[in-house]
Amino acid sequence: MLITELKSKETIVSLVEGKKVFIINCQGCKEVRFPEKEANALQKELAANGNVTGIITTDYICNPENMKLRLQKYADEIENADMILVFSCGVGVQTVAEYFEGKKVCAACDTYPLPGFQGVTPLEYDCKQCGECYLNLTGGICPITACSKSLVNGQCGGAKHGKCEVDSNMECGWERIYRRLAQLGRLDVLKCPTQIRNFATDDEVSKRI
Amino acid sequence: MKITELFERGEFVVSAEVGPPKGIHIEHLLEEAKTYLSGVTAVNVTDNQSSVMRLGSLATCKALKDEGLTPIFQLTCRDRNRIALQSDLLSAAMLGIENLLLLTGDHTKMGDHPQAKPVFDLDSVSLIHTVKLLEEGVDLGGNKLVGEPPKFAKGAVVSPCSDSVDAQLAKMERKVRAGADYFQTQAVYEPEKFIKFMEKAKQFGKPVQLGIVIPKSAGMAKYMNDNVAGIHVPQEMIDELKADKEKTKAGITGVEIAARIIKECKPYCQGVHIMALGWESKVPDLLKLAGI
Repeated sequence: MLITELKSKETIVSLVEGKKVFIINCQGCKEVRFPEKEANALQKELAANGNVTGIITTDYICNPENMKLRLQKYADEIENADMILVFSCGVGVQTVAEYFEGKKVCAACDTYPLPGFQGVTPLEYDCKQCGECYLNLTGGICPITACSKSLVNGQCGGAKHGKCEVDSNMECGWERIYRRLAQLGRLDVLKCPTQIRNFATDDEVSKRI
Repeated sequence: MKITELFERGEFVVSAEVGPPKGIHIEHLLEEAKTYLSGVTAVNVTDNQSSVMRLGSLATCKALKDEGLTPIFQLTCRDRNRIALQSDLLSAAMLGIENLLLLTGDHTKMGDHPQAKPVFDLDSVSLIHTVKLLEEGVDLGGNKLVGEPPKFAKGAVVSPCSDSVDAQLAKMERKVRAGADYFQTQAVYEPEKFIKFMEKAKQFGKPVQLGIVIPKSAGMAKYMNDNVAGIHVPQEMIDELKADKEKTKAGITGVEIAARIIKECKPYCQGVHIMALGWESKVPDLLKLAGI
């Protein structure tokens, strides 16, 4: 099972500040505990400022075909938004970011693991449930799963012709991140403070349940 | 002596690299270092280079220091978590080793223990950040060190001829912001690319040492082109290595090529770092020919 938890309010507010936002809630998997009440309360607050172009609550946005179908009706609301804020596990955010590759897509949640069945997700994207979602610093491409070394501060010097030193069939995750950020005009994100991973997130989950 | 003091004085800093053996006998390494590397300012000691298990970098640094040489302790994040890394940094300071080169490290799958667990608890950037904290008297857990904190020259690497040079520059900037004092580069065979890179890198205001690997043969050059990240040996150089097999075998062609690259790049950088890969004996000739 997984737990999705809202990122801190300050983090979310700083992501959306001054921007028109389209919001996606994914409540597909029974195996995922979704912070429904807290998300609703926060979204109401954001909507009160008049910057929310639309909200959809749906299921299985990790399935690209399903996501496209569900979002069809919201084409205008999405077009009018500067960014999409996704309340889901890490896989959902990555799927949306890949589909809307010219649009800023941000994660509103962190995903933590719990023992048991992990839900049904496609194979293209993976979420290691690290509990400190990095997708907002990487244009929606996960550095934990897309980089062989799970580096969080940029690429190592090991990629040759864009391929990873470990697996020549695998694209360098950080080169993909760099290209995505360049395409989004968000290379300034790379100037963020030095990231240091927290491998004690399991303790944080146990405090919450 | 910290090599940053030399950069500050405006000196052109020459360093070379040695790789510890797979075993406990370092007499040969020390002899070669004393014989051929006495003309260089500092000697890098690699840390289980290419993920191949060898004698430790720290112990070899200490042995070099005892012989009167100035070692640069290379430290990678592949084999140690943040506790072991910080502990080794304190050990280095206690042994009087003041120069560091801080790297992420090759993946374990590249070496002779592919079954090993790759650690990467920290990476090059967060390791630099950690060293800076130690210098301020605090560890990464927020705990105070006892007594005078260590002081280091914090080196880092960058790959100027990489096919994703803009991403490399972004990473270099992160290293500078984390506290890197100086840089050594991946081997350069394309001076024009290096010069272009330096035009962009000079905004960071940190000294950069040009990386040099003496090309030993056309086969080695081709191998690097196919397998080593950030290296491209142009076809003209490969042809030059092919032209006179005897001259190449004697190391003369490789030294001529390397000297030419150093001369061309020297006005744009603050030093040179020579990775001789077993050809330490050629280093004095190379420096002479390059006019250093």
